[in-house]
Amino acid sequence: MSTLATTKDDKNAGIEVTELLALLEKFQNLELHDFQLEAKNLELRVDGGVAGIPGLKFPRAIPTKPTALLQQTFTPPIEKYSSDIVEVKLGATKSEGGTRGRSLTLGGEKAPAFYTFESPIIHKPVVTLDVFDMEVPLSKAVKMHVKEVMGDPAAWAKLAVEKFGADMVTVHLISIDPLLKDAPAKSTLKTIEDVLQAVDVPLVIGGCGDPEKDTALFEEVSQAFPNERFLLSSFTRDMNIENISKLAKKNNHAVLAFTPMDLNMARELNRKLYDYLGKEDIVMDLSTAALGYGLDYAFTNMERARLSGLLGDGELAHPMSSGTTNAWAAREAWLKMDDKWEPRELRGPLWEVTTALTLLLSGVDIFMMIHPAAVKTLKDVINNLSSGKKADPSKYLDWVSAKI
Amino acid sequence: MSQKAAKKELSPIDIYKLLPKTNCKECNQENCMAFATKVVAREANIDQCTPLQKPEHTKNFNILHDLLKPPVREVTIGVGDKACKVGGKLVMYRHEFTYFNPTAVAIDVTDEMTEAEIVSRIKSTESFSYEYIGNTLKLDLIAVRSTSGNADKFKNCVKKVSETTNLPLILCALNSSVLEAGIMVIPKARPLLYAATLTNWKEMAELALMYNCPLVASAPNDLNGLVTLAKTLQVYGVQDIVLDPGTFFNDDLSDTLNNFTMLRRAATKVGNELAGLPLLGLPLGIWANKGDLADDLVRWREAYVAGMLITRFTDIIILHSTEGWVQLPNVILRQNIYTDPRKPVAVATELKTFGTPNETSPVFFTSNFALTYYTVAADLESSKINAYLLIVDAEGSAIDSGVAGRKLTAEKVADAIKATGIENKVTHRKLIIPGKASRISGEIEELSGWQVLVGPRDSSEIAKYLTDKWQP
Repeated sequence: MSTLATTKDDKNAGIEVTELLALLEKFQNLELHDFQLEAKNLELRVDGGVAGIPGLKFPRAIPTKPTALLQQTFTPPIEKYSSDIVEVKLGATKSEGGTRGRSLTLGGEKAPAFYTFESPIIHKPVVTLDVFDMEVPLSKAVKMHVKEVMGDPAAWAKLAVEKFGADMVTVHLISIDPLLKDAPAKSTLKTIEDVLQAVDVPLVIGGCGDPEKDTALFEEVSQAFPNERFLLSSFTRDMNIENISKLAKKNNHAVLAFTPMDLNMARELNRKLYDYLGKEDIVMDLSTAALGYGLDYAFTNMERARLSGLLGDGELAHPMSSGTTNAWAAREAWLKMDDKWEPRELRGPLWEVTTALTLLLSGVDIFMMIHPAAVKTLKDVINNLSSGKKADPSKYLDWVSAKI
Repeated sequence: MSQKAAKKELSPIDIYKLLPKTNCKECNQENCMAFATKVVAREANIDQCTPLQKPEHTKNFNILHDLLKPPVREVTIGVGDKACKVGGKLVMYRHEFTYFNPTAVAIDVTDEMTEAEIVSRIKSTESFSYEYIGNTLKLDLIAVRSTSGNADKFKNCVKKVSETTNLPLILCALNSSVLEAGIMVIPKARPLLYAATLTNWKEMAELALMYNCPLVASAPNDLNGLVTLAKTLQVYGVQDIVLDPGTFFNDDLSDTLNNFTMLRRAATKVGNELAGLPLLGLPLGIWANKGDLADDLVRWREAYVAGMLITRFTDIIILHSTEGWVQLPNVILRQNIYTDPRKPVAVATELKTFGTPNETSPVFFTSNFALTYYTVAADLESSKINAYLLIVDAEGSAIDSGVAGRKLTAEKVADAIKATGIENKVTHRKLIIPGKASRISGEIEELSGWQVLVGPRDSSEIAKYLTDKWQP
């Protein structure tokens, strides 16, 4: 710009314009506002000094229509994060004192979910499939895949791992629910033993939702299976957590801390748990609402928790779990609708997929799911996102003329 | 590159001090400070301040305009009533404020489809409609692709399309003469043009200027190329630009997410104006590379890639599938993501009446979570039931999570029975509770003295339930 400014004092305005044109040619990638400024100055000079020179075109058009690309560089906007998400290990192999074929690690993230321009994937998110210890009402689209194994949790677990590709299995011990069979907590130990025999993946032990029965359940299970490193699902604010937390720590199990969509409650529960457990023992369940039924709250809640965790809020820097099966609480997932929305056999699992993928992008580390097609798709996407393969743009624009 | 620090959060004072401070109320606000507060919340526009439009305030108007300019430019496609606004985003994450201009969804047609097929695809796009908690969810645009590469065919196709629909259009052809043949049919309709590339940009820029159209800049997986194009087009005089960083959906999916994320962060956090443009996603590209995948699997993949793009900052998507099961999850996801997080989750706790209930009509309760309430209310309305509905304070959570998290308790149900005076309106003492609240049925009976009937788990079954079970 200073070079251009000095030309104003030249006596021969005609030469000034020619030089300016040459300079513009040379500095085509100058800032837009610089161009405008110079064009304005130039305009004044042209009016005063160059009028009437034949062949000289009004120069304003020249800077506004570049003749070659104005090369720019995009600087990737990298942020600094002050802390990593805690790593939580699930399942214990024989050498670690358990019986599992392998263990899995959740968490460890150094950047928001799949911002691989900032950090590679540390541990891929995992999927644990739901298995129930008694017959349960399920949507038609789900039931068709598991009806053979309903009521047989060991066979169901085997199907989940061997056929549906589950990384883990959640054994939901709902038979202890006072409103269902009200079975004693001790009676579940046989079911768990059968599942441990049937599959060698890490397990989530799921309660029935009744605080007292679940407390009894976690006391029994922690002691009966020391060192298996189960994920106990879940510890809530209305449970007396002291004894079960101590037992979980003593017997080397991890804990799922459930709160109903409120980050302050999540912090508060975690603080209570820190009295008995290490950070590396706690996974958070911040509540999952279905697509169309509050998914926006779940998504934003988890996204905020993850960003806060990375930016130094240690009480939220835990791996996150999602009860993605809740997607089926949306009636659009299971209801027989007008023909134009059918078939529900596709609509239903797509509902679970969409719920899962939205939360995957908010930072969820472990998904509790039920439909095999949804599980397969989520795992495919996670693998695709983790492949590290670069896109080849050479044939990209073919979509315009592709005959579909 | 023109980079400046990202805009700081605005306070009403920042706005107020630049207003004329006449307190004239012509904007329908009590005073200038109230107006400034509305402007900061994006509920009022500085164009509504009459004195500010006077010449002596031009300088302040321009400063305000610049202060309020969204980091992602708002681009309008089409003209008139159906014009579609895209971009205009203020923030990267929705919890930082709220997202404006929901992702526009386009469906494609081509110049080698039969007329019947074109008309049928347009009609299904136009007639797409789903009622969801008080909103009608619709599709937005038609994309016309030249698969023939023939200018006459493209022209005829655009003619047919524009005669069939008022929806705004995206015209797609990489050859500028073919594209112009299409634009000339609708020279004033402001279609979005696809696309300027690193090779054809000059011809495309001329078309965009000549016909005053927004223009897509496409540089697949090449962000340097993309900002180079954006800069060049801007200097050329094209301001309404949409960016296509490339949509890849196989094992290269992470490039897609990274590019969209980096562009949006550069726009909102760094203030990079070349990145501050609406983003175009192309899930339909999967059809061009489907291999021997079955059509339903292609649709499935197109659907979930569209969903990920909606979640990750995309302002426009073009889809090929018209099937309801593909579209429904995504228009609902879009509605969810673009819901204003500043608005309350809960509705008022009160007694609602449906139809014309009398003293023997059934009494239900539901949660004050807005989504739950609207769902139940819609079901009661559509089944023409005469009933009372108690809205119980569940701290804005759904029935199942409210019960699990002890936000929806028997005490609160009993309180609602007392507070609403329902006991003076009906002679019976029977409360039908949601199936998902069955866990607290005993406690409710104890605390309220009412008999509890456990109703269906989903409110769509209420009508059937009443027919089968209800006796006052």
